[in-house]
Amino acid sequence: MRITCPICGARDRREFYYQGAAVALDRPLPEAGAQAWDDYLHNRDNPAGPTRELWQHEAGCGAWLVVARDTATHEMLGAELAMTAREGA
Amino acid sequence: MIELKEQTPCAGLVPLVIGSVTLDEVAAGRMTAIAPHAGRRKALATAFRAAHGIAWPGPGRATGRAGCRALWFDHAHVMLMGPAPDPGLAEVAALVDQSDAWAVVRLDGDDAADVLARLTPLDLRKEHFKRGHSARSELAHMPASITRIGARAYQVMVFRAMAGTMMHEMRVAMQGVAARAAG
Amino acid sequence: MRLSRGGLIDRDRTLRFSFDGRGYEGFAGDTLASALLANGVRLMGRSFKYHRPRGVMTAGSEEPNALVTAGTGGRQEPNLRATMLELHEGVAARSQNAWPSLDWDALALNDLFAPFFGAGFYYKTFMWPRGFWEKVYEPLIRRAAGLGALSGAHDAVIYEKAHAHCDLLVIGAGPAGLMAARDAARAGADVIVADEDSVPGGRLNAETEAVAGKPGHVWAREMAAELAAMDNVRLMTRTTVTGAYDQGSYGALERLPADVAARPGAPRECFWRIVARRTVLAAGALERPVAFAGNDRPGIMMAGAVRAYVNRWAVAPGRCVVVFGNNDGAHRTASDLLAAGVHVAALIDSRADARCDLDVPFHPGARVCGSRGRKALEAVEVAFASGRRDKIQADCLAVSGGWNPTVHLACHMGRRPEWDDGIAAFVPRAGMVPGMWTAGACAGAMSTHDCFRSGAEAARGALDDLGLKAPAAPAPPRAEEAPYRIAPLWQVPGKGRAWLDFLNDVTVKDVALAARENFRSVEHMKRYTTQGMAPDQGKNSNVNALAVLADATGRTIAETGTTTFRPPYVPVPIAAMGAGAQGQGFAPRRLTTSHTASQAMGAPMIEAGLWFRPSFFPRAGESHWRQSCDREVAHVRQAVGVTDVSTLGKIDIQGADAGRFLDFVYTNTFSTLKAGRVRYGLMLREDGHVMDDGTTARLGADHYVMTTTTAAAGQVMRHLEFVHQCLCPGWDLSMISVTEQWAQFAVAGPKSRALLDTVLDAPIDGDAWPFMACGPVRVGGVDARLFRISFSGEHAYELAVPVRYGESLFGQLVARAEDMGGGAYGMEALNVLRLEKGLLTHAELHGRTTAFDLGLERMLSPKKDCIGKAAAARPGLTDPARERLVGLKPVGAIKQLTAGAHLFDEADAATRENARGYVTSAAFSPTLGHAIALGFLSHGPERHGDMVRMVDHLRGIETLCEVTPPTFFDPDGGRARD
Repeated sequence: MRITCPICGARDRREFYYQGAAVALDRPLPEAGAQAWDDYLHNRDNPAGPTRELWQHEAGCGAWLVVARDTATHEMLGAELAMTAREGA
Repeated sequence: MIELKEQTPCAGLVPLVIGSVTLDEVAAGRMTAIAPHAGRRKALATAFRAAHGIAWPGPGRATGRAGCRALWFDHAHVMLMGPAPDPGLAEVAALVDQSDAWAVVRLDGDDAADVLARLTPLDLRKEHFKRGHSARSELAHMPASITRIGARAYQVMVFRAMAGTMMHEMRVAMQGVAARAAG
Repeated sequence: MRLSRGGLIDRDRTLRFSFDGRGYEGFAGDTLASALLANGVRLMGRSFKYHRPRGVMTAGSEEPNALVTAGTGGRQEPNLRATMLELHEGVAARSQNAWPSLDWDALALNDLFAPFFGAGFYYKTFMWPRGFWEKVYEPLIRRAAGLGALSGAHDAVIYEKAHAHCDLLVIGAGPAGLMAARDAARAGADVIVADEDSVPGGRLNAETEAVAGKPGHVWAREMAAELAAMDNVRLMTRTTVTGAYDQGSYGALERLPADVAARPGAPRECFWRIVARRTVLAAGALERPVAFAGNDRPGIMMAGAVRAYVNRWAVAPGRCVVVFGNNDGAHRTASDLLAAGVHVAALIDSRADARCDLDVPFHPGARVCGSRGRKALEAVEVAFASGRRDKIQADCLAVSGGWNPTVHLACHMGRRPEWDDGIAAFVPRAGMVPGMWTAGACAGAMSTHDCFRSGAEAARGALDDLGLKAPAAPAPPRAEEAPYRIAPLWQVPGKGRAWLDFLNDVTVKDVALAARENFRSVEHMKRYTTQGMAPDQGKNSNVNALAVLADATGRTIAETGTTTFRPPYVPVPIAAMGAGAQGQGFAPRRLTTSHTASQAMGAPMIEAGLWFRPSFFPRAGESHWRQSCDREVAHVRQAVGVTDVSTLGKIDIQGADAGRFLDFVYTNTFSTLKAGRVRYGLMLREDGHVMDDGTTARLGADHYVMTTTTAAAGQVMRHLEFVHQCLCPGWDLSMISVTEQWAQFAVAGPKSRALLDTVLDAPIDGDAWPFMACGPVRVGGVDARLFRISFSGEHAYELAVPVRYGESLFGQLVARAEDMGGGAYGMEALNVLRLEKGLLTHAELHGRTTAFDLGLERMLSPKKDCIGKAAAARPGLTDPARERLVGLKPVGAIKQLTAGAHLFDEADAATRENARGYVTSAAFSPTLGHAIALGFLSHGPERHGDMVRMVDHLRGIETLCEVTPPTFFDPDGGRARD
């Protein structure tokens, strides 16, 4: 498996650390309430198809990435820097 | 008052000559990680060139030469190797001394790329990783910086505390490559 | 026996070898299989379940029968296919799965009981009595069934891993692969050609046909030489591509020639990870058997293999051969045998309308329906078109049921191939693996001419994709273009067992039984019968078995479908995939600058993450670690101790928003910390549990250095980058690990300041250096950092110098400490010291504890948000009934406390339901004279003074304890401050 880092180009999967759904980018306000925090911390979709995930190019440039890929076909749909990524897809 | 003795990262481990490939330690001098303050990247690039006479390297690139080299090092940092950093750079950037943090070696020889192919997943083909290209990756599970510094020469850096493991891994890879080439 | 002429062997180089202890001779260019056949050896193995005698059936990596073991001790390698083992001087091979000998195998008895051992036998038979499975049945089955064995010795062989990158990977160097590689290479693509054979050419080496007017193998040799000479081509022979993975990644296993592997430092095999932008799969096709009664007798072989042995290795697999097939390949086989001077007793073609122009007894519309002989074929039984049955004497039967395209790699991404009635086989669909083209026989092109044409087409497609202009490539060379004519024949009905899966001993009856018992799905049939689950992964049996299943269930083959194709294509030694990961190569070793000195002092080193740290420093007269540990604790409490703390993570954080950032990642506030001061910080995960703790020093207005625990350094660095890049990307800060830059030593104890005063260039000014102060100092003219912090509860400092000076400084600090009645201390003493003070490590910060549990809830600043704050406020995480940090000390006759033990109320039975908590850390405190422990207890802080029972079920220890506050020694902290 290879991920195309926006900074470093296509690199082997072993250089990357997997975090989880890109939901983690959308941190609720402190007073958002239990439901919002529960969703943020625990509730995840498990799509058979396109998904957005957070990976860090840990052994490379260190950048956190939002990686879009298809869990059914394993196709890589793109990767962007989390620093500049906008929420939602 | 005491006297402190210095030790180099690969003391007692180098040089290593196996087959066509030579591995030796590089006395890199001062190493300074430089990261621009928010919004000061351009100013830093200008000041850097003015102060050190070499370009601020873009992603995946190295500038300068032995004795004064700048490696792109991660999404935020460039590593200046050789001279002490110009103090004026501190106006626009964070400077962090890394002179003791890395073991720096030079791998040289016809089969150097074949040795590295056993240790890193990087694409080191000569049309893809040219002189002046620099990459962060893994070297046998160690965080590493690899830079092409000649037609058949590479500079390899790993955490200083891992110098022994790097030498072990390099030796095994060099022996394997040399054995194929022999006879 | 060896033919007097022909073959691609080097008759000038005789090689001696042995099989089951008996010596033989062969030639360079032989495989073990061809050399054994040349010596008249036909019995090469015993089958897995019934221990049936078996001979070699194929000439390639799909071989199911001729599996052997070579080498001994640490160099022993089981399950080698004799067809792939290149003969070399002195190779000593042994048969497998036979006792006492291959010729007389006691477990051949199994074969007599075969009626009881059908499909599902295990499931039906070994169900009762229940307790028998583990003690009786399983050991028996394990002994009886099996392949080759490992020696049990440490593996002395070197394996290698390597990476390769290319524009185009061509898998297979037969006519299609060579043509694709030629055209792509001439267009300037960076090409890797991988072929599992030792010689490129594929079937061209096994056939007699001409290419471009010369023998096919000569053309192949010249083409391979042309490719090998090009800078942009890497020709990898003996390399089997084993799997297709995501984004153009492929696994490949390279076997090195025996003479190379014998050199010092040389690997036996190399596992390659190849990354290719595009791929041409030209893997060829595998010939399939026909199922008839007794079709597994030694001497019955695939027709294509017979041609290979005759043409490539100049070996006649028999003196008197019968050829049986359902396609024109049978005729070609008979023709090649005649040309080589081998007697052909009959050519039996199941097609009633077939014609023959060879001078052999020809029987159209006939079928082989049985075999005679014991350990070797003596005669075949034939059912003629007329209905007459008769025997024909023969010691070899060449069989062809047609060819199955080698579609495996095209299916590795989960797509299924499609059925092609024209060639009665599965062929790949387009686009099964992104970036992969298929060409040649694996794509259903059955003539050499069509292989060339499809190879060239595939290259053109790949080049287009790569953006390379294909130069006007010369037309493919002239080659054989006879059409492939076949009439499906899967099984010949009749009495007796007809084998489908030779390796796992699965017969037509087994598959029919599976269908009758309603295992009708091909995946269910596979698991019920074990068909296709042997090391050949059904290469010789899958299509036949599902044809039989289709027949038994009244469906077409296309409807029945295939099982899933998974990597690896051939067996790959685990040792090759994990190459180098033994001994020193297991994981990177991080060594501190005090490592050598610590070892010289006799300290046992223990692992802390990748680091190695000293346990304790034994002195003369100390025979137990506790003696050393107690002494080292006393040194620190009474004089001065020195320990290396360089392994703790150190992160340099700079920028205008650095303080604000620390306020966000820590529960407490750092933006208000004065420059030149240090503060203890607690870091939560966003779910409200503690991630890590440590001290952070403010070196300047916008400059901090954070300390993490040794184990969590990487995790914390990743977390900080996550918070910065993902949650507050605009903030002005940058961070970098400086763990490797600084060698840092704790100097602890009442005499620590006195010691440092002898080391620092200027003595410590007490007023300027209160507890939790930090700042620059100089040591021997070197710029250093000093922190007045304590993990022991004593007056203490940590002194950091650039790593190059670490070894020198450590030696001098220890020498001075020893002069002052102290010395070095290790991890054991460090642990006791912090336990006496109730300070925390990851034994307590184990991922399920909160600030509330640790009694640190007051560190959650109410004035600001921070990571984990919202979640930490959840009712479930602030319930007083939670297990919370307490101290424990023994009060009864038993004085032992152990980590991992559970806590119970005095009157309760020690059962899981009654557990009130557990012990995380325990040690003997030499300072207090008794054991102490930290643990978590429900309602802990409310229970100080209560009695609880500690029960360690594993070690059988039960201790009555008093619950205490977690700080046992100097609770006011005066010793560290004064």
